[in-house]
Amino acid sequence: MNFLAAIGRTFLSFLAQTGRLTVFTFSALVNCVRPPIYWYLIGQQMLRIGYFSLPVVGLTAFFTGGALALQIYVGGNRFGAEAVVPNIVVLGITRELGPVIAGLMVAGRVAAAIAAEIGTMRVTEQIDALTTLSTNPIRYLVVPRLIAAVVTMPVLVLIADAIGVFGGYVVATESLGFNGAIYIKNTLDFVTRGDVTSGVIKVAVFGFIIALMGCYNGFHSKGGAQGVGAATTNAVVTSSILILAANYFLTSILFSR
Amino acid sequence: MTAAMDDIPKVELRGVKKRFGSKIVLDGLDLSIPRGESLVVIGGSGTGKSVMIKCVLGILRPEAGEIFVDGNEVTHLSGSRRDAVLRKFGMLFQGAALFDSLPVWENVAFGLIQGRGMPRSKAKDIAVEKLAKVGLGPEVAELWPSELSGGMQKRVGLARAIAAEPEIIFFDEPTTGLDPIMADVINDLIVSTVKDLGVTTLSITHDIASARKISSRIAMLYKGKIIWQGPTADIDRSGNPFLDQFIHGRAEGPIKMEVRG
Repeated sequence: MNFLAAIGRTFLSFLAQTGRLTVFTFSALVNCVRPPIYWYLIGQQMLRIGYFSLPVVGLTAFFTGGALALQIYVGGNRFGAEAVVPNIVVLGITRELGPVIAGLMVAGRVAAAIAAEIGTMRVTEQIDALTTLSTNPIRYLVVPRLIAAVVTMPVLVLIADAIGVFGGYVVATESLGFNGAIYIKNTLDFVTRGDVTSGVIKVAVFGFIIALMGCYNGFHSKGGAQGVGAATTNAVVTSSILILAANYFLTSILFSR
Repeated sequence: MTAAMDDIPKVELRGVKKRFGSKIVLDGLDLSIPRGESLVVIGGSGTGKSVMIKCVLGILRPEAGEIFVDGNEVTHLSGSRRDAVLRKFGMLFQGAALFDSLPVWENVAFGLIQGRGMPRSKAKDIAVEKLAKVGLGPEVAELWPSELSGGMQKRVGLARAIAAEPEIIFFDEPTTGLDPIMADVINDLIVSTVKDLGVTTLSITHDIASARKISSRIAMLYKGKIIWQGPTADIDRSGNPFLDQFIHGRAEGPIKMEVRG
């Protein structure tokens, strides 16, 4: 009986959690279009979420592009198609790896930071203080982060795409014997606008997931330092899982177009 | 007109119930704060003092009961109507709850700038003036909350609570975590600000010395209900064994400490 009760409890808490998240998401979205909009805070968050993530995302994109070039060269070599390296690198980076790498890196960096910051505000009653000062905490804390993440992630991924392709270019020209001019020509001839936009759409959704999970977990943290730690971990884990799941579904939708 | 207004309590709770899961925190709480009085609610840790305050402010929603402010029911208000009620309140939080992303003056001026749309330069002047009221010089205005000691943070919290000239101020454990001298400084500040502003106050504390100093009335909360209330002068001859045990801090008595919160 205890076993069944345990299953029931887990299931009920899952439902409660889903319900809370749904209400939270809805309330955040409604407040996105309701004044006052805190432009200054949106700018501040754009800097923190987008600009300060550039080094991390740029570095990972560079190495991913380089590794991708090597792998495709090895694979293509098996049926005499080494020449596809520039084509597959640009396709792989823009459609898949650029958005996913940027999403996961920013999830680790930003979702954790948001959850820790808002979680600390929760346990030190700063969120209650906002309410008593006639300021809606969702509008003041959540909306700027959501908007900033959704707006800056596409810009970030465009830069990551360029750096990733550049990483492939460096490896291909330096160690695989490709001609630089031909590599660039092949890349530009091959890539379509759809490749890039599909990645941009995906990463905008990832940005939403990152900010939402960071804020949600921070908002619902409790019990002091340990609670904030748990909220931070949950924010990174849930946003990473949701990013990868959303990536599959978005790809299958965008792919069929 | 004024006589009728004076009869209406500033804040009134009727039969308020609140539970978290299976734990009943407020069990039909009745309490009224007459206009201009300084009521202190005492009670042990975890007896629901903070929950009571958060229910009045609308941060928590009670399951049952009604809450009135100036005779108007506010239990289920939200959005702009809740904001309108909250403008009457100032609150000093236990840990001061200063926003650590903002300098001291912006903390004090926060309600004026964000809540009421006052221009920043004007709000800053008012912030400096309120800081002076709690004994802090203008140089403190530019510091960050993390640079202040606990007592200084409490003062800034008090300046923030009075910045928008509220009619009611709530004090949540105003002296907790302070040394006895700083605690008394805060007590004096509370007494003098309350006198200056002529506000109604509700404080919660388990510091009896502080309660005696800052209250005109005292109520004791035990097991989710008010078990005694009366003028501060009467607490030493209440004949209530629960109150006697609490104010004298005895381990022996009718109140048993619960280990689990």
